[in-house]
Amino acid sequence: MTEAANAAPITLIEGVTQALAWEMAHDDSVVVLGEDVGVNGGVFRATVGLQDTFGPWRVIDTPLCETTIAGLTVGMAVQGMKPVAEAQFEGFIYPMLEHLICHAARMRYRTRGRLSCPLVVRAPWGGGIRAPEHHSEANEALFANVPGLRIVIPSSPARAYGLLLAAIRDPDPVIFFEPKRIYRQYKELVPDDGEALPLDVCFVLRDGSDVTLVSWGATVKETLEAADALEAEGISAEVIDVATIKPLDFDTIHESVTRTGRCVIVHEAPKNVGVGAEIAARLAEQAMYDLVAPVERVTGYDTHMPLFRLEMKYMPGVQRIVEAAKRTLAVS
Amino acid sequence: MTIAASFEIEYRQYLDTDGNPIGSNLPPIARDLEQLVAIYQLMSFTRVFDSKAIALQRTGKLGTYASSLGHEAAHAAIGSAMRPEDVLAPAYREYAAQFWRGVTPREVLLYWGGDERGNDFAGPRNDFAWSVPIATQCLHAAGSALAFKIRGEKRVAVSVCGDGGSSKADFYAALNSVGALELPMVLVVVNNQWAISVPRSRQSAAKTLAQKGIAGGLHCLQVDGNDLIACRGAMDEALARAREGGGGSVIEMVTYRLHDHTTADDARRYRDDDEVKAAWQREPLGRLRAYLTRLGAWDDEKDGLWQAQCEARVGEEVDAYLNTRSQPVEAMFDYLYAEAPLDIAQQRALAVAREVRHD
Repeated sequence: MTEAANAAPITLIEGVTQALAWEMAHDDSVVVLGEDVGVNGGVFRATVGLQDTFGPWRVIDTPLCETTIAGLTVGMAVQGMKPVAEAQFEGFIYPMLEHLICHAARMRYRTRGRLSCPLVVRAPWGGGIRAPEHHSEANEALFANVPGLRIVIPSSPARAYGLLLAAIRDPDPVIFFEPKRIYRQYKELVPDDGEALPLDVCFVLRDGSDVTLVSWGATVKETLEAADALEAEGISAEVIDVATIKPLDFDTIHESVTRTGRCVIVHEAPKNVGVGAEIAARLAEQAMYDLVAPVERVTGYDTHMPLFRLEMKYMPGVQRIVEAAKRTLAVS
Repeated sequence: MTIAASFEIEYRQYLDTDGNPIGSNLPPIARDLEQLVAIYQLMSFTRVFDSKAIALQRTGKLGTYASSLGHEAAHAAIGSAMRPEDVLAPAYREYAAQFWRGVTPREVLLYWGGDERGNDFAGPRNDFAWSVPIATQCLHAAGSALAFKIRGEKRVAVSVCGDGGSSKADFYAALNSVGALELPMVLVVVNNQWAISVPRSRQSAAKTLAQKGIAGGLHCLQVDGNDLIACRGAMDEALARAREGGGGSVIEMVTYRLHDHTTADDARRYRDDDEVKAAWQREPLGRLRAYLTRLGAWDDEKDGLWQAQCEARVGEEVDAYLNTRSQPVEAMFDYLYAEAPLDIAQQRALAVAREVRHD
């Protein structure tokens, strides 16, 4: 792996590009399709250079219609391809829902395994980049209620690379949300070795003993910063990146809470029936007697993601996470 | 005045309502009596099956069922014109097309009888299962055609929707992408005049539904959907053109839904008996039988024998369906994912534990 050893550190979005390029080079059935993914290399540059390498029938600019992209993707997947579709923004993904919910998610199930849908829909996801309306939503909970889907949200360059490889190789449909606010937040060395990371598991990013902080996507950044701030005050916080929202690896969260007795769930999506509610419910069901304080949720408010002048006030910040953690520690 | 674009939609009919040939320029299928007899037998078998399925529903032995009565020529033309390696993305009543391709009557009954195994076709393994969400199958066929094109395979994808389906975004999206990406696909609109209770006139102000394909740059044709020879000739032409890279087509087959939308519907609430009686005068089965009889390829004696065979075969299929035991409770978890995640495995075990078995 000389090339990997010599590689320069990359950003999260470069991790996406690197994973797509690796898998396309090693599996002829992988194709990329979407709006502006070809010549333009994607509006965020996620597919830059791929059409030059793999040609216009492996990296396909489609007509401007998300229904089309989703329907073509289902058809291709059923006929033996592994399409990776791009929804240009998560706010434009809704025309795809009928194909994803009524067909992709139930293709294997309803045909008793005769047909299947090994597809990936990638979408830049979440707020925080001062984008126009409909470009900043955190809508993972909508998908988490659908049987048959997997939902993955990476929060680092290495996890973007490893989890996207796993998503493409997975035999079932995967919704892959990319936290656009941290697309270029920092770089790390990600060996281009084709090694996938496991789906369906949480990643413990920091060990701690006093409180468990659980998050995913871009707010993993603020959650880690909150852990630093708590440490400065002598509080040891464990930080878990859920990464795969569905199916949820509850065991990792449960094990942590068994030790800490306290849990703060952080997500930028609205609070009501958000994925945090599922985690809190499972803690109530399975960890009630391990908890020494009520579970806290630090989330977006139950209103629309505001236009960008107010968007950072909508999203959970470090201070709100620290305060919530301290509230759990006030109980003993 | 400068005309930027203009178009015409050709209409084809080769058999009049009495089965007499119209004109002299009949397509090749009109002379292939052996195949026409096989197609007639398929249409007639489908009608026997359909009548039995409705009876099963009426006696509580089948769930809601969508009849294909009156659509037999359109559906038989679609199925018989396709090659085995082509892919069909049906709506939910194209039984004649599916029977020709190897779907069994017991699979149809299992599906409408509430059992997912009906979608596990023993025959055409790559064909799509029934698509209840309207017109979504048009894009799945387009995606299949895209896969064929990328892999350099000479296969064609065919989808079928109704007059109602042609109003949906997916229909327009499909014909647009088939044109823009130059995909080997045939999109058939079986226009049976009624989308449950809403008539064709309320679906669109377009004079024909075929002309919607003009907007996508496709070949467009309207045929008498009760004339097997017209339907089959149109399919042969469109499939051959698509297979050779000559572009996709929209074919509108104009027919009539002689039964209710499904067994859960009562069409007497919204349409006149006179209209239905008039439509029976144009129905497809008698028309093809008259044509074949006139040419000496079929007669009443053969028809009587064939009807008896159909009854016997349908009876066997119905028995097989009625004797198929329900899936065990864990079936609702199986095949959800290739490999069950922990949550699903746990819920499956719970459901199995709760099940009181009587066997």
